[in-house]
Amino acid sequence: MRVLFERTRGLTSKPFHYCPGCTHGIIHRLVAEVLVELDVLEKTVGVCPVGCAVFAYEYFNCDMIEAAHGRAPAVATGVKRVLPDRVVFTYQGDGDLAAIGTAEIVHAAARGEKITTIFVNNAVYGMTGGQMAPTTLLGQKTTTTPFGRRAEEAGYPLRVAEMLATIEGAAYVARVAVNSPKNVIQAKRVIRRAFEVQLANLGFSLVEVLSTCPTNWGMNPPEALRWLEEKMIPVYPLGEFKVPREEREHA
Amino acid sequence: MVFDRERCKGCELCVTVCPRKILTLSPDLNSLGFHPAMITDASRCTGCCFCALMCPDVVITVLREEGEDAARADEG
Repeated sequence: MRVLFERTRGLTSKPFHYCPGCTHGIIHRLVAEVLVELDVLEKTVGVCPVGCAVFAYEYFNCDMIEAAHGRAPAVATGVKRVLPDRVVFTYQGDGDLAAIGTAEIVHAAARGEKITTIFVNNAVYGMTGGQMAPTTLLGQKTTTTPFGRRAEEAGYPLRVAEMLATIEGAAYVARVAVNSPKNVIQAKRVIRRAFEVQLANLGFSLVEVLSTCPTNWGMNPPEALRWLEEKMIPVYPLGEFKVPREEREHA
Repeated sequence: MVFDRERCKGCELCVTVCPRKILTLSPDLNSLGFHPAMITDASRCTGCCFCALMCPDVVITVLREEGEDAARADEG
């Protein structure tokens, strides 16, 4: 019997608490698989956010810390500076990273902290009940924008990957999506590169992952995948926005 | 293919992405009250693992019998 696919040992056996069809689980698996493949699981410290992924410390089979809302990059900075031989990552949602934690992520990138951030963008506040997030699309209905987000009133969606790519200290910044098997495979490749950038001490790395929230979007899970592809990707284009300097010179 | 029935939340993502359309939700319920995914015709599975790649709850293990690769190659 040959095993083509099995649950990675980078995840604990605890069942995820996420809603049916929520793609947080796919992203957890990709990060865990990359840590195992790079053979760094035993020396990895992860930092959890506040938001739906608040219990991620129960799911990753490595050392984990829980940070205050939005402060994961600050906690990760402390860990990495005290223990520079460890692999340190933060796992944050858009409410955590792009709203209350904007200052922390911008300055962690500006300082060129040698940490990796997995930024899960689902365009809505999940845990608190589907309120508008900074990443909510124009026209998107949420509980606080019941007629759709209007620019005159609530401004514009924040493109975090593009913004952080302008910062000198950020070595690797990319955006991926997990809406199809092809994009999931690509997402894993990009997450792996982000951790490789950290292992090579090149600076800050961030992967923005477009994710679904079927519950708060008011859709079934397959519909949510289609909505991500048709509505989110045009606003949040996929790709690598910044790669380490030596790679750019070779390209 | 092995499904960890008790972890499955019946989200149907695996059913949607299966290129052979051989996955469906079981009429039975698991102890969480979800209809877990199941395979209808294991002999038609190509082992592409799309279902496992898209499963948010890492429910699916894909296994292949020894010698099955050769049999499929003959099939073309």
